[in-house]
Amino acid sequence: MNEVPLTHILFVSTALFFIGMYGLFTRRNIITMLMSIELMLNSVNINFVAFNKYLFPDKLDGLFFSLFIITIAAAEAAVAIAIIINLYRSHQSIDVDDATEMKF
Amino acid sequence: MNTSTIIFYAIAALILGAAILAVTSLKIFRSAIWLLFSLVGIAALYFWMQVEFIAAIQIVVYVGGIVVLIIFSIFLTQQSGKEMAKPATGKMIFSALAALFGTGFTFNLINHYGFNNISAAPFLPSVDEIGMQMLSTTSHGFILPFEVVSMLLLAAMVGCIVIAMKPTEANIVHLNKKED
Repeated sequence: MNEVPLTHILFVSTALFFIGMYGLFTRRNIITMLMSIELMLNSVNINFVAFNKYLFPDKLDGLFFSLFIITIAAAEAAVAIAIIINLYRSHQSIDVDDATEMKF
Repeated sequence: MNTSTIIFYAIAALILGAAILAVTSLKIFRSAIWLLFSLVGIAALYFWMQVEFIAAIQIVVYVGGIVVLIIFSIFLTQQSGKEMAKPATGKMIFSALAALFGTGFTFNLINHYGFNNISAAPFLPSVDEIGMQMLSTTSHGFILPFEVVSMLLLAAMVGCIVIAMKPTEANIVHLNKKED
């Protein structure tokens, strides 16, 4: 079990975070940008659980942090999708380049 | 190299491969399905770390909830078979460079930090313990964030309904009057 060092789990979560960041930079469609954000939030959750398991096995705080992050991500996805549907109704498109009314 | 190690690297390859395909696929529906695989891989990683409760939550909330929600909104807002426009090459190159630089930088930091207080004690949290600490009112309990997050969920639910509601006749008339 402990043959895999903590750093390797951190490597996986770091790579996942930057994959999400790449997606956020290149995508122009709001739904795919939301998907990239979900990837980034998940990489943070992996970090919390891994640190809790390897460094503080007698405590549970990392688990609670990841539970709360999952809850907030669910709320965020629900609100974001309501906004996307409303935006599609008024603009007939969900590209970020088409919604520029509030651009200064 | 034993079975557990091999399983870890297989799960890691699944997570990262599916994630890369999810952010680069040009068909939005395929991209959502790759995201689904990546999230299932993360749940498998939690199972591998023996935190079954978080793994179950991950499957229920992400795979069962968020991905289904995303697929629904894809069907509601666009043709899923249509290809999206390719991102501009310059932007792609600079984003990839930024991501690679960030990855390399962080890998370097992690590699040189040297976690030397790793404890060998087994980490086997039971759902019992998690529930007791979650709702305990002592100094290490999480009852306050629990209640706050329940208010947040209520607010999100009301907010979603209000935002996505189709404006009714009466509402439109009311809005027009306000503008005059």
